[in-house]
Amino acid sequence: MLTLLFDGVAYGMLLFVLSVGLSVTLGLMNFINLAHGAFAMMGGYCMVYLFSHLQVPFLICLPVVFVLIALLGAFMERVLYRRMYNKSHLDQVLFSIGLSFMSVATMDYFVGSSQQTLVLPEWLQGRHEWGQDPWTLGVGNYRLFIVLLCAVLTLILQTGLSKTRFGSQLRASVDDPTVASGLGIPVNKIFLLTFAVGSGLAGLGGALGAEILSIEPMFPLKYMIYFLIVVAVGGTSSITGPLYASMLLGVADVFGKYYIPQFGGFIVYVLMIVILLWRPQGLFTKGVKR
Amino acid sequence: MMGPNNMLEIKRLNRTKIWEWVVLSLMLASPFLFAERAMMINEIAITALFAISLDLILGYSGIVSLGHAAFFGWGVYAAGIFSKLVNPDPIVGLIVVMGSSLVLGLICSLTILRGSDLTRLMVTLGVSLIGLELANQLRDLTGGADGLQGVVMAPIFGVFEFDLSAKVASIYSVLICVLVLLFVRRLVRSPFGFGLVAIRDNSLRARAVGLNVSHRLMVIYAISASLAGLSGALLAQTTGFASLDVFSFDRSADVMLMLVIGGVGWLYGGVLGAVVFKLIQSQLSSITPQYWMFWIGLFLVILVLTGRDRIKEWFAGVSA
Repeated sequence: MLTLLFDGVAYGMLLFVLSVGLSVTLGLMNFINLAHGAFAMMGGYCMVYLFSHLQVPFLICLPVVFVLIALLGAFMERVLYRRMYNKSHLDQVLFSIGLSFMSVATMDYFVGSSQQTLVLPEWLQGRHEWGQDPWTLGVGNYRLFIVLLCAVLTLILQTGLSKTRFGSQLRASVDDPTVASGLGIPVNKIFLLTFAVGSGLAGLGGALGAEILSIEPMFPLKYMIYFLIVVAVGGTSSITGPLYASMLLGVADVFGKYYIPQFGGFIVYVLMIVILLWRPQGLFTKGVKR
Repeated sequence: MMGPNNMLEIKRLNRTKIWEWVVLSLMLASPFLFAERAMMINEIAITALFAISLDLILGYSGIVSLGHAAFFGWGVYAAGIFSKLVNPDPIVGLIVVMGSSLVLGLICSLTILRGSDLTRLMVTLGVSLIGLELANQLRDLTGGADGLQGVVMAPIFGVFEFDLSAKVASIYSVLICVLVLLFVRRLVRSPFGFGLVAIRDNSLRARAVGLNVSHRLMVIYAISASLAGLSGALLAQTTGFASLDVFSFDRSADVMLMLVIGGVGWLYGGVLGAVVFKLIQSQLSSITPQYWMFWIGLFLVILVLTGRDRIKEWFAGVSA
């Protein structure tokens, strides 16, 4: 019971890191990017390659993956995405579906369609157990690691967005790009940096999730719906909204798959539709924006 | 209500132009002209019909849907199961499927009335995924992951039997596709259709001039769902098989792509798109079956970057 809850939370934390970048591009920049999962997949592949093939230590792999994917994201933003900001939502959807299709086929071509496995270093394997039978809490070391890391990341992001100069510049650029640039804020640079960090976080999420989620070419399409749920349900006005939403989704998914395995996915989708019908702007938004 | 000039304008629009007759008769003749590729013609007619149904909500009403496969899939399974368990007559099957998709569409239309593009995207996608889960889990009825097999149809009107060369099937599908095209043509050029376009362009203003926005959106969504179900039913009846991939995201994305190739919000866009898409697909997948996805992705990206109205403009320039 508690073990399940903990697994759900860890899974939710992972989803949060994966989708927080999307919630920034979608919520703040109002850009529907269905190719977000492609960055996560690239992160997963980089991780497997660095760690399993090049034997780079685990803790060094993570920041390296983050930087690599952030650079990739920055490149893509500069070359392709920037032209998309002012297009209609339909165009954005088509464009990003195209990108994710390309990434799926490309990975299939270079790596093959088989699932990649990641063998964790020894200090992250194994688990601890506490408590008596109905309330046993089993904590896998790796899941604990994920929860801690993600909690730290959340704190950094939250302060970064609300307390720093960069955060206020970003919010200003989003609210009104014209006025912001008139005030001397380098809007393009801000968007570039934001997109890069968002993609990097997706890559990091993919790297962390390489052991739990399966890294394979179909990854961007398979998990796209989960990222979108987190963002749509969480609302896009804050960092905490998506955080709660991903927790909820993670716990619901783990419990659903454990207790009623035949209807696991079903529950998540129904829940999503009900929530969106009830609060179209997201569950955790204050008031109605936009 | 409407000034005389507007009425004239509508009358002028409603006049069938010569090239439209040419297109329609070409469509009707295609099963005979390309008899050796009847299978392909059948497939194109079905996907064209599906694309037209999506155009009604995407092109004419501005609802971005990523889950139109939900109704297509419903049509496929409903037609298959109905013919297996209740009545193998194809025409009765079509009517039943259209009716049930209409009801399903009406129910689902409640989900797309509120919220932004993103919410609609999510909800429609969610509905199609629920369909996929259901079809996968109700194994006794649908055959689960193995697909629904052994759908045998009775001859159409008791005379025309479905044959292996798909000749009858292709004529049947093309005929229905043309009928639907004529119906949709009438629909979008009626006051109702003009109202939809007004809603698409500015729903606030449409409301201000007295249009009942939610009511119209519900009606068009139900009609669109019913036509999507019809195309699904045609697929099940002519191929005698149903598999889970009819609900998949790829199918929703593909049909959207076809529509975009042909031109969104243009009556013949769905048909043109389906023809082009299917021909490219059969060519490319015979060269690289596995990496078809890459090329289609690249195509999409380039299409959006260059601006997707171009194709429509070329064609409008030719036909004007």
